[in-house]
Amino acid sequence: MSQLSERPEKPAVGVKVPHESADLHVTGAALYTDDLVSRFPQLLHAYPVQAEHAHARVTSLRTEPALKVPGVVRVLTADDVPGVNDSGIHHDEPLFPTEVMYYGHAVCWVLGDTLEAARLGAKAVEVDYESLPSVVTIPDAIATDSYQGEQPTVARGDAAAGLARSTHVFSGTFESSGQEHFYIETQASIAQVDESGQVFIHSSTQHPTETQEVAAHVLGRSSSEVTVQCLRMGGGFGGKESQANGYAAIAALGATLTGRPVRVRLNRNQDITMTGKRPDFHSVWEAGFDDDGHLLALRVTMTVDGGWSLDLCQPVLSRALCHVDNAYWIPDIEVHGRIAKTNRTSHTAFRGFGGPQGMLVTENILGEVAPLLGLTGEEIRHRNFYQPGQLTPFGQPVRQIERLEKIWTQVLDEGRYVARRLEVEAFNRAHPHTKRGLAATPVKFGISFNLTAFNQAGALVLVYKDGSVLVNHGGTEMGQGLHTKMLQVAATALGLPLSSVRLAPTRTDKVPNTSATSASTGADLNGGAVKNACEQIRERLATVASGVLGVPPNDVRFVDGQVHGLGSSHEPLQWADLVKTAYFHRVQLSAAGYYRTEGLHWDNARFQGEPFKYFAYGAALAEVEVDGFTGAYRTRRVDIVHDAGDSMSPLVDLGQIEGGFVQGAGWLTLEDQRWDASNGPTRGRLTTQAASTYKLPSFSEMPEEFNVTMFANATEEGAVYGSKAVGEPPLMLAICVREALRNAAGAFGAEGATVHLGAPATAEAVFWALDTARAQAAPDKASVGAPTSAVPQPVMASNR
Amino acid sequence: MSSLQATVNGQEASLSGVSAHTTMLDWLRDQGLTGAKEGCAEGECGACAVLVARPDADGGTTWTSINACLIPAACVDGQEVVTSEGLSATGRLHPVQEEMATRGGSQCGYCTPGFVCSMAAEFYRSDRCPAGSPPACGGHEGDAEHGPNGFDIHALSGNLCRCTGYRPIRDAAYAVGQASEDDPMAKRRSAPAPAAAATRFSGPDGDFVRPADLAEALTVLGERPDATLVAGSTDWGVDVNIKGVRSPLVVAIDRLSELRTFELPTGPLDTPQAGTQYIELGAALTLSEIERRLAGRVPLLEQLFPQFASRLIRNGATIGGNLGTSSPIGDMPPVLLALNAVLVLASARGEREVPLVDYFTGYRQSVRAADELIKAVRIPTPLAPITAFHKIAKRRFDDISSVAVGYAVDVQDGVVSRAAIGLGGIAATPIRARETESALIGRPWTAATVQHAANVLGGEGTPMDDHRASARYRTAMLEQSLLKLHAENPSLQEV
Ligand SMILES: Cc1cc2nc3c(=O)[nH]c(=O)nc-3n(C[C@H](O)[C@H](O)[C@H](O)COP(=O)(O)OP(=O)(O)OC[C@H]3O[C@@H](n4cnc5c(N)ncnc54)[C@H](O)[C@@H]3O)c2cc1C
Ligand code: FES
Ligand code: FES
Repeated sequence: MSQLSERPEKPAVGVKVPHESADLHVTGAALYTDDLVSRFPQLLHAYPVQAEHAHARVTSLRTEPALKVPGVVRVLTADDVPGVNDSGIHHDEPLFPTEVMYYGHAVCWVLGDTLEAARLGAKAVEVDYESLPSVVTIPDAIATDSYQGEQPTVARGDAAAGLARSTHVFSGTFESSGQEHFYIETQASIAQVDESGQVFIHSSTQHPTETQEVAAHVLGRSSSEVTVQCLRMGGGFGGKESQANGYAAIAALGATLTGRPVRVRLNRNQDITMTGKRPDFHSVWEAGFDDDGHLLALRVTMTVDGGWSLDLCQPVLSRALCHVDNAYWIPDIEVHGRIAKTNRTSHTAFRGFGGPQGMLVTENILGEVAPLLGLTGEEIRHRNFYQPGQLTPFGQPVRQIERLEKIWTQVLDEGRYVARRLEVEAFNRAHPHTKRGLAATPVKFGISFNLTAFNQAGALVLVYKDGSVLVNHGGTEMGQGLHTKMLQVAATALGLPLSSVRLAPTRTDKVPNTSATSASTGADLNGGAVKNACEQIRERLATVASGVLGVPPNDVRFVDGQVHGLGSSHEPLQWADLVKTAYFHRVQLSAAGYYRTEGLHWDNARFQGEPFKYFAYGAALAEVEVDGFTGAYRTRRVDIVHDAGDSMSPLVDLGQIEGGFVQGAGWLTLEDQRWDASNGPTRGRLTTQAASTYKLPSFSEMPEEFNVTMFANATEEGAVYGSKAVGEPPLMLAICVREALRNAAGAFGAEGATVHLGAPATAEAVFWALDTARAQAAPDKASVGAPTSAVPQPVMASNR
Repeated sequence: MSSLQATVNGQEASLSGVSAHTTMLDWLRDQGLTGAKEGCAEGECGACAVLVARPDADGGTTWTSINACLIPAACVDGQEVVTSEGLSATGRLHPVQEEMATRGGSQCGYCTPGFVCSMAAEFYRSDRCPAGSPPACGGHEGDAEHGPNGFDIHALSGNLCRCTGYRPIRDAAYAVGQASEDDPMAKRRSAPAPAAAATRFSGPDGDFVRPADLAEALTVLGERPDATLVAGSTDWGVDVNIKGVRSPLVVAIDRLSELRTFELPTGPLDTPQAGTQYIELGAALTLSEIERRLAGRVPLLEQLFPQFASRLIRNGATIGGNLGTSSPIGDMPPVLLALNAVLVLASARGEREVPLVDYFTGYRQSVRAADELIKAVRIPTPLAPITAFHKIAKRRFDDISSVAVGYAVDVQDGVVSRAAIGLGGIAATPIRARETESALIGRPWTAATVQHAANVLGGEGTPMDDHRASARYRTAMLEQSLLKLHAENPSLQEV
C-alpha cells in the first residue's frame, strides 16, 4: 500500500460522523456570509441596474436621478474602476459593460443605506440602449457561425471507416438542456477596508484565490492587499467557482470608494438572471454498430452554449469530450467540440463539469438504438463496457475497469433486476393506463482537473502550546463535507481524537494560491496537503518523543491522543505534554503543507494524455411508473453501487451519492430552463427565473425506495487514505432514471420500437414520447394535441 | 407608531421601525436571528420557515409553520413566534434537530433551519398518531407518505433542499418520537393562542391596519379605495418581494372572526335534504384549517388539498385570498365551480350572494366592488357522487397548475344525470366547461360518449404556450383528463 493511502491504527478517517457543523446548521447558528450584515455598522447595500435587452449598446447612462432618491449614496459605474474593468480571467467580461450582452446584464450598481433605497435608486437610473441583433439559441449560433474559444477534437482510429464498416448506422441530433445551480444561498459578499488598509472580503465563493485576484485587478491593487474569506457556502455546485468573483469585486469597489462596508447579495431573481448555469449542449451524431450491438464507431459534433463570455466553458467542453465514451470501448471515434457564443448568461461549472453532458450523448444513443437491435438497454451497455488494458480515446489506460464489472453485477443482483423485469412486464400487461420502466446505467468519471497545474493544494496546521490544533486549508465548504473530512485527515495524521482538532474558515491570507474547490478534488488535494502538514509536525514531535520514550523516531506511534513507542516500557506520553516539551525544545509546532497530484500529464493541443489520477465507478438501477394520461411519473426505487474508494467519511459520502443522484435526476427530468427565443421585446429573457417557475426536485421526486451501497474493498492507492472523490460522479448515475422513463413510455407502444425522449424528460416530454409510441402501435389512439415533431428524430440506415 | 411587539423565542421583541412592507423574515434577521434564511422570497423554498402560535378549533394553540418571507412583520404584532434558534433555547438540541443532525439531514445547512421548523410543527401536531394508535387517528401511519410515528411527509412539501436528496431528512422526520411531558411547546398547545391585536400605524412606505372587527374593516374599505386587503399574504407577499408592489394601505383581515365561519348542514352531505342546504366556509379560513375541519367530508376538496401548494403555504393561504386574486390558475376555482359554489360579498352597504360562475369577469378581474370583500364561500349540498380534481403541473408537490380540472358528475342508471366541470389554466378566467357538460348530460356513461366529450373538452378555452406547458399539451391534458375520469369510474356495464 502506498504511503499516501495507508491508514494508521484507529484512524479518524473512515468513521461515520455527522457534518462538522451539523449542530450549528440545525439550530440556525451556522453563519453564512449574508448573516454577518448586522455586524457591520454603516453597511451599504448594493443593487444592480439590469438591462432588458439581449444585446444592445449603452448609449447613455444617467445616474443623477438615482442620487436624488433618499438613502442612495453612490452609483458605481465603469468610470469608478481604478484597475481593470473585468470580472473574469479571460478579459472578456467587463464588470461594467458598455455593450449589454444578455438580458439582465447589470450595467451599473447603486449603493444605498438600505436595500430599499438601493432598489429604488436602481429603478431611477436612466439608461438608453441601441438594440443589436442577438443570438439566443445554439442552433442560432451554429447558423451564424457564432463561436468563441478553442475547438478541440478527440479522436482515435478512423471514425469514417468505422462507420462504413458497421452493419447498422444511426444518426441524429440531441440536445440536453441547461441547469440552474439553485444553491439555496444566493451569491453574497461583504467587503470592508480594515484598520490596516487591507481590503477584506467575505464571499460565498468556491475559489477564494480567484475572487481575491479579480477583486485586486478591479481595484488596481496587488493580491497582497486583498484578503478573501469564505465562512461556508449554502451550496455551490460549481456555481460559485467563477461566478462569485464579480460580485465580490463590486462590494470591494464600493467599500474602497465610500469607506463603508458594502454588501452585495443577489436576490433569487437576480441570481438566476445574472449568473451562468450548466450549459445546454447540442450534438449531431452518427454511430455504427455490429449485429451484436457493439458500438464500433462514433462521430459527434458537440456544441456547448458558452453564453456571452468564455468563463469555464473551455474546460467544461474538454471534460465533455473526455467523457463521451463513459464506460464504453469505442474503437473508432472522432468528437469535435466548439463553444457557441450567445446572448445568454455566461455558462459555467456545474457538478460534473461537462462530463454529464458528454456521457449523456452516448447513453442517449444506446437507449434509442437498443430496441432496434433487439437488445435491452442493459445488454447493449454491458456488451460495450471497456475491458482491462483498453485506453480511452485520449489515450489514458482505463485502470480498475474490472471494478465496473463487479459493480454492475452487484447492482443488478441487489436490485433483483431479472425478477423485477418480469414483474414490470407483468404489471404493464395488466395496466393499460400505467406503465413501469426499469433501467440501469454505469458511470466512469475521471478525477483531477484536466489542467494539470490546478492539481495542487496547500494547508497550514497550527499546534498551540496547550496541544490544541487549528487546521487551515485552501478548500471551501459548501455542504460537501470537505471540512469534516479535513478534520478527520488531521486527526488521523496526528493520531488525535476528532474532537481535539478545530478548523478555521478558508482565507487567502492563511493559504495562498489555492485552486477552486471543484472537480470533486477538494478532499484529494487538500487532504494531501493537510496530511503533509500534520506529518511534518508529527515527525518533529516523534523526534522529541523518541528521546523520552527511548525508541527510534520511526517507532513512535500517535494513537488517540497518546504517544507511545513500539516496544518501549515507558508510559505513553499525553499529546499535550509532548507538545509542551517540544515547545521548550524549540521545535516548530506549525507547518505549511503542500500536495501535488503525481503522474498527470496532458497535451491540450493533441488532446491526449493522462489527465486523471484515477476513475470513479458506479452503477444505478431505477424503476419508474408513468401515468399514460399525463406523462406524470414517480421514481419507485433506485439501487446504487458506487465506488468511493475506502470512504473517508461514510455518512458524508452517502450524502454526496444520494444528493448528487437526485440533483442529476432533476437535471434530466424536472428542471426545465426556458429562454424567450421569440423576436419580441423580451427576446433572450430567461422565462424560468424564479423558484416558482424553475422547479427543483422536492420530496415528491425522491425515490420511494433508495438503496445505496458503497463498493467494498475499494482502496485507491493514489489518493489520501485510500478514498476516492465522490462529489460529482454520482450525479451521472441518474441517467438511469431517464432511461427507465424511456422504457416505460415505450411500454405504451409496440415492442422493438425506438423511443425519443427530450432532456429534460418532463412529464410533458414523457407524455409525447408515450403518446407517439401509443399512436405508432394503434394510430387511432393519437391524442388531439399530438405534435408534428416533438423531438428531432434520429435516422437509421443499414449498410446491409 | 405605538409599541408594536411580538414574543420571539419567549422574549419580547419590538416591531418598532418596521414599515408596512417589511417582511417578517427581514425583521427577524435584523434582530440578529439569522437562522431563518431567504432562499427565494416567494414562498417556494421554505428556508424562511418559522413557527407561529395560531388558534386551533378547540380553543387551544397549534404551532403552525409559515413562510416568514411572505407575511408583513406587522402581522405578528402581539403574536408568538419560534425560530430554529428558539427550538434549542434550553441549550439542548430539540428532538427534530437531534435527528436532523445525526442522520446527515444537513449538508450545506442553508435549508436546515427551515426544515427544522416545518418538522417541529408536524412534531407538535396534536393529531399525529404513531403506528398502533386507535383507528380514530386516521390510520395513515406507515403508508407511503406517513412515517411509523404518524409524521406526514407533506408537512415538508414546502421545503427545498438542493444538497441531500431528501432521504436523510425523511428518515429524520420518521424517527422523531412524541413530545415529552415537560416540553414547554407541547404544553403551550393547551392554552389559547394570542388574540389578534388591532394594529394601526403609518410607515414610510404606507399605512398598516389590522381592524378590530368586520365593521371596522368595511368602513376602512369604504373610505379608502386604495386599500389592499391582506389575508394569508401568500400572494401579496410575492407581489411585494418579487414585483416590488407597494400599497398605500394594507388591511389585514385574516383574523376577523366574522370571516372565519365554518358551518355544515345537519344531515348527510350526499343526499338531498329539505330546503337549501350548504356548507359555509369563512373566507379567512386557511386551507389547512378547512382541510382539518372538513376531515374528508367533501371528497373533491380532499383531493385538492395535498395538491395545493405546500403545507407551509396552506397554513397561511386563505380560501378568500385564493378567489381574491381572480387568478386564472388558482386551484380553488375549478373545484368550486364544479361544486356550484356561491360567494358572499360584504361591504358597508350590505351583503350579496354571487354564484362563482358569475364572479370572474376577465383576466384578474371580478364583479367585486372596491369596497367589498369576500366574506364566505357556500357550497350547496347534496354533493355529486363522482368527483375528481386533476391538476397538471411539472412537479407533483407544490407547483402551480398548467391545467386544472374539477369534476362533479352523477350517473343514474348508466346515464349522466349531472355534470359540472370547472377549468383553470386555459383561459383568462377560470371557466365552466359548458359544451363538454352538454356532451355528457343525458348520454350513457360509456367509452363512446366519453371519447366524444373528451374531444369537446379538448376544444374548450384558449390554451397558451408558456414555460409551464405548451398549448398543445394543455389541450391534450383536457382531453386525457376526461378519459382518465372515465377509466377510474367506468360504467357498471363496462366493469
Ligand atoms: C409557493 C406558493 C405556491 C402556491 N401554490 C398554489 C397552488 O398550488 N394553487 C393555488 O391556487 N394557489 C397557489 N398559490 C397562490 C396563493 O397561495 C393562493 O392564491 C392563496 O389562496 C392566497 O390566499 P392568501 O390568504 O394568502 O391571500 P393574500 O395574499 O392575503 O391575498 C391575495 C389577494 O386576494 C385578496 N383578498 C384576500 N382575502 C380577500 C377577501 N376575503 N376578499 C377579497 N379579496 C381578498 C387580496 O387583496 C389580494 O389581492 C401559491 C402561492 C405560493 C407563494
Ligand atoms: S425564502 Fe423561500 S420560502 Fe421564504
Ligand atoms: S443542505 Fe444544502 S440545501 Fe439542504
